[in-house]
Amino acid sequence: MFARWPVIRQLRGQDGRGQAARSARTDALRPRVEEADSVARSVCPYCAVGCGQLVYVKDGKVSQIEGDPDSPISRGRLCPKGSASKQLVTHAGRQTTVLYRRPYGMEWEPLDLGTAMEMIADRVMRTRRDTWQQEHEGKVVRRTMGIAGLGGATLDNEENYLMKKLYTALGAIQVENQARI
Amino acid sequence: MRADCIVIQGSNMAECHPVGFQWVVEARARGAKVFHVDPRYTRTSALSDRYLNIRAGSDIVLLGALINHVLSNELDFREYVLAYTNAPMIVSEAYRDTEDLDGLFSGFDPETRAYDPSTWRYEGVAEEPAAGLRAEQLEAGQAHALAAGPDQYGAGGAAAHPHPTTDPTLRHPRCVYQVLKRHFARYTPEMVEELCGLSRADFAELADAIIANSGRERTTAWVYSVGWTQHTVGVQYIRTASILQLLLGNIGRPGGGIMALRGHASIQGSTDIPTLFNILPGYLPMPYSHADENLDAYLTRAGGDTGFWGRKRAYMVSLLKAWWGDAATEENGFRFDNLPLLTGDHGHYRTVMGMIEGTVKGYFVVGENPAVGSSGGRAQRFGLANLDWLVVRDLTQVETATFWKDGPELETGEMRTEDIGTEVFFLPAASHVEKEGTFTNTQRLLQWREKALDPPGDCRSDLWFYYHLGKLLKERASSDDRDRPLRELTWDYPEEGEHRDPSASAVLREIGGVGPDGRALSAYTELRPDGSTRCGCWIYCGVYADEVNQAARRRPGREQNLEALEWGWAWPANRRILYNRASADPAGRPWSERKAYLRWDEERGEWAGPDVPDFEKGKHPSYLPPDGAAAEDALSGTDPFIMQTDGKGWLFAPAGLADGPLPAHYEPLESPVRNSLYGTQSNPALRTYPRPESPYNPERSPRFPYVLTTYRLTEHHTAGGMSRPLAYLAELQPELFCEMSPALAAELGLENGDWATIVTSRTAIEARVLVTERVRPLRIQGRIVHQIGLPYHWGWGSGGLVTGDIVNDLLPIAVDPNVYIQESKATTCDVLPGRRPRGAELLRLVEEYRHG
Repeated sequence: MFARWPVIRQLRGQDGRGQAARSARTDALRPRVEEADSVARSVCPYCAVGCGQLVYVKDGKVSQIEGDPDSPISRGRLCPKGSASKQLVTHAGRQTTVLYRRPYGMEWEPLDLGTAMEMIADRVMRTRRDTWQQEHEGKVVRRTMGIAGLGGATLDNEENYLMKKLYTALGAIQVENQARI
Repeated sequence: MRADCIVIQGSNMAECHPVGFQWVVEARARGAKVFHVDPRYTRTSALSDRYLNIRAGSDIVLLGALINHVLSNELDFREYVLAYTNAPMIVSEAYRDTEDLDGLFSGFDPETRAYDPSTWRYEGVAEEPAAGLRAEQLEAGQAHALAAGPDQYGAGGAAAHPHPTTDPTLRHPRCVYQVLKRHFARYTPEMVEELCGLSRADFAELADAIIANSGRERTTAWVYSVGWTQHTVGVQYIRTASILQLLLGNIGRPGGGIMALRGHASIQGSTDIPTLFNILPGYLPMPYSHADENLDAYLTRAGGDTGFWGRKRAYMVSLLKAWWGDAATEENGFRFDNLPLLTGDHGHYRTVMGMIEGTVKGYFVVGENPAVGSSGGRAQRFGLANLDWLVVRDLTQVETATFWKDGPELETGEMRTEDIGTEVFFLPAASHVEKEGTFTNTQRLLQWREKALDPPGDCRSDLWFYYHLGKLLKERASSDDRDRPLRELTWDYPEEGEHRDPSASAVLREIGGVGPDGRALSAYTELRPDGSTRCGCWIYCGVYADEVNQAARRRPGREQNLEALEWGWAWPANRRILYNRASADPAGRPWSERKAYLRWDEERGEWAGPDVPDFEKGKHPSYLPPDGAAAEDALSGTDPFIMQTDGKGWLFAPAGLADGPLPAHYEPLESPVRNSLYGTQSNPALRTYPRPESPYNPERSPRFPYVLTTYRLTEHHTAGGMSRPLAYLAELQPELFCEMSPALAAELGLENGDWATIVTSRTAIEARVLVTERVRPLRIQGRIVHQIGLPYHWGWGSGGLVTGDIVNDLLPIAVDPNVYIQESKATTCDVLPGRRPRGAELLRLVEEYRHG
């Protein structure tokens, strides 16, 4: 019994991080990644190096995000941001409901997602109609200068594609993203 | 990784791209010499062999002097330069250099502040090469230059005659080599000392190292980031580096190149498949409003017919077919007339001015936060406050969504919530693990992300949002002609899951392209101009080859060679080093065994090597194009730059740039220093947007004596929306600070940890002072110039656990004339001890500075 006291074990020359730190409780501990229900192969969402991530999910929640050792780019490594990216997904400050601020309103109001979509669609069609330019300085332009978009560098290629496709079909040309900035 | 020398300039790679930096560390451990050239000593400097302190905004002087050093001592890789660049081409007699015009090139119109580039052409090919360009000049005049700069020509750049007059001896006074020699002659080590603040000994060490590490046996790589691009001469920074690397034979070879480190997970992808105003997917230009604009006229203007860009009709028609499907036919020009047309600058900052002026009514902001992330934030917020409606999609309530209730203009009394008429919709977004799709990284590599779980609550992917919005809009489309592009738009994607998410794989497959039989295509060479193929982005063609999502491939790196061709998929055609034909000599042999990459295999009759050849696989090195050949057939077996009309690397750009065929050093718009190279102080073609909301500091004003540069920290991301709300990151870097030298701190009576107020014509902000030797005063033109540095990650909201003043609010809205990027890396300011005034007092302080 005496010989199992951590201080004795350390005095006997065992590494404080190895045998000396073992207990019944630590022996029973399992890594979160081992207990996960599923793992998805992902990519870090911050800079453009494109480090591989493994996203572990347990009980419908992200339980861990780690570097993917298979990635020839990152070889399992993540920087402080990539290592903290589980918090990006799980932090309490994430807004998960639609918010609406009416013109001149003093506060946010709740709004149903479906209603918001219908209202946005109405506004797009109305603004497009009101600001349509068939011609500009005597030449055909077929466009609206009333609608603009910003964003894309943090989104997926597929998302950028649908955005550019839809905006162009609407005649909205003022489409920009962080690549310009 | 394979470089013998790495010069990191305009980037703090160790802190901003830390995991990528492991490869630099490894290269150095194997003997590579690493230089860091930057206004601040950082961890990148600490891990380099040599750190060179440079004044922000003076890099072209240094690079120009390196070019001068190479040329005046004939240290260029002559065989490479003769075979693969336009060094021997003879330039027109009409061309006048900055040497002749004191800092201007020929063709400048002081009234429009724009260039007519027609005198920059090669000799004797006035009519032929620039046919498209000339038509534009005749019709749209300088408005064209305002429209989109070089992007107007698409991926191939402007056309140049493939076979102009040449002088292989490089002696002709007007050959590109001699034009360059004359142009850069005044870029001397003395000038570097005077303008950059770099000693002659430091310059010599850098020059010797890159010469010693270039040529047949060795290669040097250059690495840059937004420290190079965010200038009113941003494009010419990169041009200068390209010229140097071409002269040294470091392009298209292992361990060579110019590596751009980009800052967002898919910023490369959002340029390739652009949410940008002036281009369509695959760098096809957006059409411009001409009297006769139609598909044929557009393609004529969109650049030359030789090189792979010569297939642009196939790329464009396949895109139109992807978007308008069966409605796009040969008879109706494949519905080219469904496209809206540009008339000038419709960039981000011009659009903000449109908001303030009231022409822009509705605004979608997705995963971006211009209220704190863009230059001159006040103009941004005044624009937002003047909209009819605003849709913001993000993970948290970013400042752009909440400016009306807690923005800084409420504190100053310039805005009142009850007066702001903007209707705001905040829609919560899905995170990167709650949706599937691809990011394109900084090396053009597409990597598919699997979805780990469903997003919470009302959170949805942007794919979901735009797909369902598109469906609602299509339902609302009338029979009016105006709505035809919407009615005919192909929008049938399979829906998946509880929320009816559109299938991201189906969208990627459409991007990758399908053939007449409906099967996924394998390469862009399969695209046809007759409407039988459909492809949403020609450079991504093949990403779904063999009906397999190539971007999802995950063969572990340790089981592959360095190229790792079976991990993800790189555009184009899964090639990892662009223009890699240049890794072999004209005869197809490696330049040296040490730098062997591609070689011509005579027996098999094809190019072989560890990478996919960026060349026709079976094109013999001795191939010569027959008369009248088109597209790639018009390039010889020794023309590695296959997207150029002449297959050559352009040391001199006879067309395609808005501010000159060669780079010239101009001071930043706001600089405390006189340009000692020319009588022309700043880029004559730069663009400004003068408005009361975005004024400018006067040039060399004693009121703004210090150089200000901005940067990022390892622990935060851009304007902070994805890092300030995270507890670990907020704790690691809790507060905005201002880095300054002990000398400047002493001059201002400041000590480490004190508050200081930083003032420009736009506004004043406060920050804690970090007194550090990492920032050193420079001796410029015989006097001391102080630089200060500010990280720009803070704001008042975004669910942030830490807050701070907005650094970007200090910056001017002045942009490069080629790509409209703003100058955020070098401007001027004043620094006052103490915290900034609050409320109306703040406005009074700034007003005093403006007129004081």
